[in-house]
Amino acid sequence: MNHNLNLLLDVAMGLNLVSLACSRLQTLIRVMALQGVILGLMPLVMEHDLDWRVALIALATVFGKGMVIPLLLRRAMRKAHTDRELEPFIGFVPSLLLGAGGTIAALAVVNLLPLLPEHTGSVLVPAALATILTGFILLIGRAKAISQACGYLILENGIYVFGLLLLKAMPFLVEAGVLLDITVSVFIISIVVDRIQTVFDSLDTRHLTTLRE
Amino acid sequence: MRSLLLILMPIVGSVVAALWPSNRTRPALLPIIGIIHSLLTLSLFFDPPSLVLEDWLGFDALARAVLPVVSVLYLICSFYGFTYLRVRDERPNRVFVTSMLAVIGMMSAGLQARHLGILWIATEAVTLAAGPMIHFNGNARSIEATWKYLVVGGTGIALSLLGTFCLGYASLHGGGDGNLTFVALMQQAAGLSHSWVLIAWVLLLVGYGTKLGLAPMHTWKPDAYGEAPAIVGALLAGGVTTVAFTAILCVRAVVGAAGAGGIADQCLLAIGLFSMLVAALFLLATRDYKRVLAYSSIEHMGILTVGAALGPAGVAAALFHVWSNSLTKGAMFMSAGNIRRAAGSASMDEVRGMVVRAPYSVGIFVAGMFAVTASPPFGPFFSELRIVRAGLTEGHVTAVAVFLGCLLLAFLGFTRVVFPIVDGRPSKIVKESGKRFVETAGIIIPPLLLLGLSLWLGLFTPTVLQDAWSAAVAQLFPKS
Repeated sequence: MNHNLNLLLDVAMGLNLVSLACSRLQTLIRVMALQGVILGLMPLVMEHDLDWRVALIALATVFGKGMVIPLLLRRAMRKAHTDRELEPFIGFVPSLLLGAGGTIAALAVVNLLPLLPEHTGSVLVPAALATILTGFILLIGRAKAISQACGYLILENGIYVFGLLLLKAMPFLVEAGVLLDITVSVFIISIVVDRIQTVFDSLDTRHLTTLRE
Repeated sequence: MRSLLLILMPIVGSVVAALWPSNRTRPALLPIIGIIHSLLTLSLFFDPPSLVLEDWLGFDALARAVLPVVSVLYLICSFYGFTYLRVRDERPNRVFVTSMLAVIGMMSAGLQARHLGILWIATEAVTLAAGPMIHFNGNARSIEATWKYLVVGGTGIALSLLGTFCLGYASLHGGGDGNLTFVALMQQAAGLSHSWVLIAWVLLLVGYGTKLGLAPMHTWKPDAYGEAPAIVGALLAGGVTTVAFTAILCVRAVVGAAGAGGIADQCLLAIGLFSMLVAALFLLATRDYKRVLAYSSIEHMGILTVGAALGPAGVAAALFHVWSNSLTKGAMFMSAGNIRRAAGSASMDEVRGMVVRAPYSVGIFVAGMFAVTASPPFGPFFSELRIVRAGLTEGHVTAVAVFLGCLLLAFLGFTRVVFPIVDGRPSKIVKESGKRFVETAGIIIPPLLLLGLSLWLGLFTPTVLQDAWSAAVAQLFPKS
């Protein structure tokens, strides 16, 4: 079971690096959606005896992160004239290097954390840390509102991976509430992205610098 | 049941508001729900329901100590909001009214949460519901403010989710079952994994601290408070921050029970004083009187955090300060909103002589300024005095000196902005601004009432409230 899970986690970490390297917004959204689907599959390979609540969470994750959220973001993007991240705050090569370095550091640092014996063989915690870091790099390093929204989602993905440690302990209602909140947050963010496009005629957050001392 | 109604009733109201067809009559839902909410809270306050320990939601001692003030603040805001939305009837208010009702429902849930996961869900929901309210004016500036609010607030709240998971893992690692109710965490406290508790503490402090607006995670606050309508500022500064503050208190209690209270208190003291200092310095620099209120709010969140670091006496004083700050800040936001509309600008460079154009609002604003900068006999003076006393008893002399220094700087910063806009002759730009502004009872009585309550709280701090605060402290520090 751990073998399959590690495989999925490795793919998710690979997708982190792809998301840092790609300049097309369309690709970024696609990568993020794929990561969401992979995340949704993880609970299924973790459990030996599949119970309906785990299956439901998996289904909701695949549906939410893999379909609904990308759809919302794509709709917000459609009006924009450019679909590329042209002048990021942190360039693609530096962010890729940062991401790769962060992934290696995450794999190294995990030995210092006290983990339960059943979690020591898995790359779950390093994958979570690396994904959270990737999310932060995108949030800070990209200028387009959509890229930042994707960064936020990848950050949430990392936290979701960490949450898998608690899959058995966490009550179903809490899991469902967390998922719902995240979906609504993206819904609201994509509406604001849409408004930014309408009012500023651009998705570049460099326009959002009027308010300051 | 009544405590659940406190959450469900505004949610139902919110759905009704979303479906209500008329833009003109929809705002009436705000005071209706506000009145029912306040009556329910009042009945709960004087006749607390029996508590099932394992419940995820409940009107416990901590909720009893802070929920009433949030309810009163919301009630008064709802009357002001009713008048405000009538005046601003050129803007569609469906989203605003729906969001505002959802905010009070979710705040009630957050304040009554006894489960860390439920607390997170409620806080995130409040954050999201408040977003569209900041966006009410729909111009470029308000979109910028909403975007920053969502990105910074969203990231903060994401970190607190990570912290929640870490605390859960601390329970699993310590041999527990990962039960995230505060009762269970307190019981298991000594068995929690120490390193995971510390990791969780840092993440939760940063996460909920972002919501609270502690420096350096405060950057969203001036923008959001500066661009949003007055009642949104009042609700965010007096209500939403209260949810985040009680969250930090609950987590601090668990961390304290796990034997890391000393480190936790040092963190709180450092970040609280740093917030006060940052806010005081920005108060000396800003030229926008609505942003002044935001920095003042950051300062007061710092004061609360300092109080939370000072043991049982400090926490009791901080709960008192939650009350005095919420009431006073509400009066300030509303009167500032009136002045903003009368003047047509929020910059002290363009606004002069407002005492001629909006005499009542200016009166409340100036009195509120003295109240909020801790002049006797208003509430904040007495609550801050208690925090200072708790600090001296605990032996934090340097911290108290910094604390008082920041209060002085904040007072200077406040007067620097307030008196120039109040005094002098109305400038030309002001005279040319279109619609005539009339100070009706609907926009004067609510802030006046809040200011009166702040005064009453300072002069006659009722014993029943003091008992409620002590009971909350007893819940947070079970053995002492």
